[in-house]
Amino acid sequence: MVSVRMKSSVLSVVLLNLFYSLVPALYFHIGETEKKCFIEEIPDETMIIGNYRTQLYDKQREEYLPATQGLGMFVEVKDPDDKVILSRQYGSEGRFTFTSHTPGEHQICLHSNSSKFSLFAGGMLRVHLDIQVGEHANNYAEIAAKDKLTELQLRVRQLVEQVDQIQKEQNYQRYREERFRQTSESTNQRVLWWSIVQTLILVAIGIWQMRHLKSFFEAKKLV
Amino acid sequence: MLGLGLSCLLLHVFVVFGTELTFELPDNDKQCFYEELEKDVKFDIDFQVISGGNYDVDCFVTDPQNNVLYNEKKKQYDSFSHTTAMKGVYKVCFSNEFSTFTHKIVYLEFRHGDEDPLLQSMTSSTALTQLESSCVSIHEILKVVADSQTWYRLREAYDRTKAEHLLERVTFWSIGQTVLLFVIGIGQVMLLRSFFTEKKGSVAATT
Repeated sequence: MVSVRMKSSVLSVVLLNLFYSLVPALYFHIGETEKKCFIEEIPDETMIIGNYRTQLYDKQREEYLPATQGLGMFVEVKDPDDKVILSRQYGSEGRFTFTSHTPGEHQICLHSNSSKFSLFAGGMLRVHLDIQVGEHANNYAEIAAKDKLTELQLRVRQLVEQVDQIQKEQNYQRYREERFRQTSESTNQRVLWWSIVQTLILVAIGIWQMRHLKSFFEAKKLV
Repeated sequence: MLGLGLSCLLLHVFVVFGTELTFELPDNDKQCFYEELEKDVKFDIDFQVISGGNYDVDCFVTDPQNNVLYNEKKKQYDSFSHTTAMKGVYKVCFSNEFSTFTHKIVYLEFRHGDEDPLLQSMTSSTALTQLESSCVSIHEILKVVADSQTWYRLREAYDRTKAEHLLERVTFWSIGQTVLLFVIGIGQVMLLRSFFTEKKGSVAATT
């Protein structure tokens, strides 16, 4: 009884993963040595899951086919302080996950690890990319299976996760607003201070000029 | 029974039909994104320029037969909706070719599909209980809240970039103007002195 249940669960998980890889996503073209970077501005303790799939242009068949096994992508993730938090090479199809520990702009960079220039044959590499942030990154099927939740419990769980994410975003918003206010106040101060200093410098230079010229002309016996 | 229920749950995918990307567009460059869509699918494209230069970008959208569906020049933000008339690859392109040295950071959101992202496939055919329909409405409202948070986050990023840019310019100009003031102040005096020093010699010579 248990083994049958296990088998069906395993089969379901396999089918689920298959479905995930078949889901089409937005794609773009990337050159051989080109590095494409994407910015994600996220609050802290937020999970990000990125899925990508590559296709290479086949000149003979004149269409895009799944890339060969040797062609991989190098994924690098930097946190807001420019520290590298993920730097790994994946195959032609990959899935990367990371959790942010500081709020701010994280940079996800992708470039191909191809060293054989003939591989691209003057064409481009087609990359399908899908980035899920925060609550969207949750796999509810997994959560339901792990915690043995009923449908209703799962729905409520999803609502809880959504509200959690909203609260994190609001905290981050408060932190950003503080930074913005600091910048504005700093600008205001600088403008004020500079106006005063400029007036003083102008008056000082004016006085200096007149005194210097007066003593100069007196010395030259023209005044 | 539980196993069957669970496996049905697992079989249904939690699918989000949408992609959000924030990318950098270098100067004199064009970046295109493609999406394969079925016929009669409604899609929405939202984009915003978060930083760089005059905070504007050119954008155009084409359908699989290369007909232009949307073409706007130098927009800071815009929203475009369309229902596909044919199946194929739709292209959305951003161009920064009019700019010579500023690179832009552009936020793009591409939403498609009119299927509601369901959590469980089993309940799609059966009527929902009151509790379940309350959950569904709360879920929809929370999605709207999250979307409006994204909107505010982008506006804040745009305003913050502008404020930081202003601070930079004020600092740079203050220092520049101080230097200019001293140079001109001292220079004027030096120049005036040089007139009188030369003239005295020539005046003495002519008289």
